[in-house]
This record gives sequence, structure tokens and C-alpha cells, in this order.
Amino acid sequence: MTDIIKLTAAEIAAKIASGELTAVEVTEAHLARIDAVDEKVHAFLHVDREGALAQARAVDEKRARGEKLGPLAGVPLALKDIFTTRGVPTTVGSKMLEGWIPPYDATLVKRLKAADVVILGKTNMDEFAMGSSTENSAYGPTGNPWDLTRIPGGSGGGSSAALAAYQAPLAIGTDTGGSIRQPAAVTGTVGVKPTYGAVSRYGMVAFSSSLDQGGPCARTVLDAALLHEAIAGHDPLDSTSADLPVPPVVEAARNGSVAGMRVGVVKQFRGEGYQAGVMQRFDESVELLKELGAEVVELDCPSFDLALSAYYLIAPSECSSNLARFDGLRYGLRAGDDGTRSAEDVTALTREAGFGPEVKRRIILGTYALSSGYYDAWFGSAQKVRTLITREFEKAFEQVDVIVSPTTPTTAFPIGERADDPMAMYLADLCTIPTNLAGNAAMSLPCGLAPEDGLPVGLQIIAPAMQDDRLYKVGAAVEAAFVEKWGHPLIEEAPSL
Amino acid sequence: MPGITREEVAHLARLARLELAEEELDHFAGQLDDIIGAVARVSEVAEQDVPPTSHPLPLTNVMRADEVRPSLTPAQALSGAPAQEQQRFKVPQILGED
Repeated sequence: MTDIIKLTAAEIAAKIASGELTAVEVTEAHLARIDAVDEKVHAFLHVDREGALAQARAVDEKRARGEKLGPLAGVPLALKDIFTTRGVPTTVGSKMLEGWIPPYDATLVKRLKAADVVILGKTNMDEFAMGSSTENSAYGPTGNPWDLTRIPGGSGGGSSAALAAYQAPLAIGTDTGGSIRQPAAVTGTVGVKPTYGAVSRYGMVAFSSSLDQGGPCARTVLDAALLHEAIAGHDPLDSTSADLPVPPVVEAARNGSVAGMRVGVVKQFRGEGYQAGVMQRFDESVELLKELGAEVVELDCPSFDLALSAYYLIAPSECSSNLARFDGLRYGLRAGDDGTRSAEDVTALTREAGFGPEVKRRIILGTYALSSGYYDAWFGSAQKVRTLITREFEKAFEQVDVIVSPTTPTTAFPIGERADDPMAMYLADLCTIPTNLAGNAAMSLPCGLAPEDGLPVGLQIIAPAMQDDRLYKVGAAVEAAFVEKWGHPLIEEAPSL
Repeated sequence: MPGITREEVAHLARLARLELAEEELDHFAGQLDDIIGAVARVSEVAEQDVPPTSHPLPLTNVMRADEVRPSLTPAQALSGAPAQEQQRFKVPQILGED
């Protein structure tokens, strides 16, 4: 059993296809692992035992009938609880949707099912994906498998923890300002924010619609690529979905190389607030890239210094508008409806009871930034910053093929340390936010442990829009070089729980 | 740029249909003032002649064919309703009694 849970997704799929393992065996091994460790980790909000086993049995029957299996058939996956799942609870980490059973599947869920991926359950997250630690979940925090007293990142901390705790070899996250990459960085796993529009948002509960992007999480670069290919592609149900071919990500992950590539290092991604051990591992990664044949180019992107400020105006503004739909009238919580109150009063009482503090803060901040008289000064200026950042990326990508940076300025911080200090929490996304504002693609992968605390450090790779394959080409080369240097994948150094 | 007062936070909460408790108002007012103070840096570009970006993709008016297609049944659409009556969402009073 222990052996099954340590396998990669690619290995599991191959063993199921060859008949060495059945999909039911694989699913049972992961469900047993969840039973054994999730009381400590709390990665899952809901485990869909019956659904997962039914999906696994269908894969085994398909194989018995001699049908061809897809590249991820029978592989278990942990799904962030932000995607609607027909007949399976979807809470978005909020009391607002406690007990809600969606009547439809998100497009991403339909694609996973069509690929015969086995969905084990729904993972914990910061409420409505707002946060960098998963402490904003209405259902309690998730522990980082490297140190259960520390945060697993956020908002997708349940997905990253499930991977690091070997509860699933694959997971899905969503990234509005870093919610895939930062959790990957602090748990020693791999996470990719695809180009904006690459993965359908239909059935993904909206936070900030011009920034939100679903994407793959895994323990290896190749597994992330296989998942990326399964979920990406145009969807007519999402009008912001890109009607373009999916870049050849799997091919790139199988042919990792940086020889002859130009790699950019942005001056603005270092300085005050960056942990020494994080910068040490980052600088070593840059040296490694040179050894592997890349040319390193220093870049100056002055507007990146304004990215965090612009983000914390744009994202709350879009959130205040998106979350207006939670009015207690058609689905989800309704509070205070005693027959005497007006719909307007019931709506206000419902939102007070259903939303947690971070969601309320952002709704108020967004309402402020969009107010008449403030709109130009706040929201308008933030949108100008967005243009400047996009231009600086465009200029940078005239000189380099990819950009690298630390994924996050520090390693995993202790649960509770920043819980009531929003500005300190927001700094966790300093390096990830510019990519969301510009809409291009980025990956985080492990680049070692920080010497001072022994916790994982993430290397971020950024590529131009719709060139997601470059992430995998570079990521696979870096991963292979590190595994050779360390003698094993970094995740094997995680405690056994 | 000016900061934000407790009274302004209370007003914004009303606009956003959030029935905040007094202690929440006290707590949020200070935090929001800090956040607004920090994000005020965007005003550095206020005078620059730069077009705003609202969205990463240059999309306008994405249309689909106007064709009948399968959708949720009334029972499915109402399955999450806090209250329902005669195949409709039942909501609290919207207009006054008279």
C-alpha cells in the first residue's frame, strides 16, 4: 500500500494500463492513506469514497473490455473545493455554501471525468480563494505535511497538502494572485498557473474574473503536464476561454532542456522581506541554469514594485461585484428570514452570517475602490499599473525566453502568525501577482530546503502567454538536475507523518 | 490620499449589504485604513498617459449561436433554494405592504 501512494501519476497510469495494478486497488490505497493521516493534515473538506470507487471500477471495466485507456486513466486526484461537482458538496471554504449540492459539473470536472481521472474528494481552501495560508477557511486550517504547525500555503492549501502527504498524486488548484504556486512552493510540490483563458472557468466559483485561473498541481513536472493537457482547451461555456490550441506541454516535459535559452532575473524580485535561505536556494538555481547551458540576463521591471498595490485594488473590486450574487435568495445560506424582514434586510443578515472576516474586508475595500469619486484614483490607477506591468513583461520577453524568481519571499510561516494581519499575509504573493495581472503563464517547483528552517523553497518560472510549454521544458530540466544532485526528489525528505 | 474612517467603513458595508456588528466595524476600520495606506502607491501613475487594462485577453462580444440546448430542469435549478413555492424561488418581501 505504501508503495502505491508514492508512485507518480504517470507510473500509476502505466501500471493500470499494463494490468499490474487495478484502478480500484490504487483508489483504495489512497483512501486508506486519507483515513490514516487526514485527521492530522485536514487537507480534505469532503471525501467522496463511493464516487471515487465507482469511477475506479469503471476504469477497470473499460480495460477488461479491451478499450484503450487515456494517459491518466485511474489516477486519483484531489479537487479544490471551488469547482462545482454534480451531487457532491461544494463549499468554497465558506459557511455561505455549507451543504450546497450543485446540480452541475464544472467544465474542468467534466474533462477530468472524461479522462477517467478518479476524483477522491474536495480540498480545503481559504474562503472564496482569498488568502495565502488556508487559515481563512470556515472549516479550520490545514497543516503543512513538512511541519503540521505551519501553513500549507493558500488559497489552495488543501490541494498542496494532499500532494505532500501522499493522499493523492494529482490535485487541482486555482490561482488569482498565487494560490497554486505559493502552496506548491511551501510544500515542496509543483504547481502551474496556465495562461489566462487556457482552462475553463465555467463552474469555478468566481473571485476576481480577470485574474482567476485553474491549473494543475502534482509532485513532478511531468505529472503536472499530463494534468494540464487533460484540463486545458477552449470551452464555449466560458466566454473568456482562449480559442487557441493547447501548447505541447507533455512533449516539453518529456524533453526538458535549457541549453541555449535566455533566462531573465528581475531586479525587483529581491530585497527587503526576502528570507536569506530562500535567496540562497534561488541564487543556486540560477547558477544551475547556467551550468545547464542557459544564458542569464538581468532585467529591470520597475512597475513590478506596484503590482501588489494594484492587485489589492483590482481583486477586491472584482470580488465585491462577483460576490453580490450571494444574496440568500436562490441558493446557499439564508439567515434572518422570520417572515417580518424585507429581502434587503435578509440579504444583509445572510452576508453577515455567511462570510468570514477576509471576505468582508475585501468586499468593503472593493466597494470603496469602485465608489464614485474614488474610482479614477484607485481602480483606474490600478488598471494603469496593470498596463505598465504587461508592457514590462512584453519588453522582457523580447530579451529572454523565460523569467525565474523565488515563488514566495519566505518559507511556510507558523499557523496564526499572520492570521489577523492582512498586509503581512498579502506579502506572501509579492512574486506571483505580476503574472496574474499580465495574464501569462508560470510554474513553481521545488529548489531545495532553506538552511535556517529546513522548509521547502519554490523556484518560479514565468513564460509569455500561450507559451506554457516553455515552463515544462525548463521545469523538467531543472527538476532532473536537482534530483540528480540530491539523489532523490525533494519530497522524499518530508516527514512520514 | 486620505485614509478611511470608521463612519466610511460603516457606509460602505451598508452599500455592500453587510450587516456588520459594532466590534467588527472597529476592527475592520483600522485594518482597512492600513491596507488603503499601503495600496495608495498606485497613485504614482495616476497622471501618466497610459490606457487602463481591464482584462488580459483582447475580447469583445463573444457570441454563440442562438440555439435551444439542454439545460437544468426546474427541479434541479431549485434544488439549492432556501425556500420555494410553486416551482419558483420564494423570497422575503420585496415591496412594502401597500
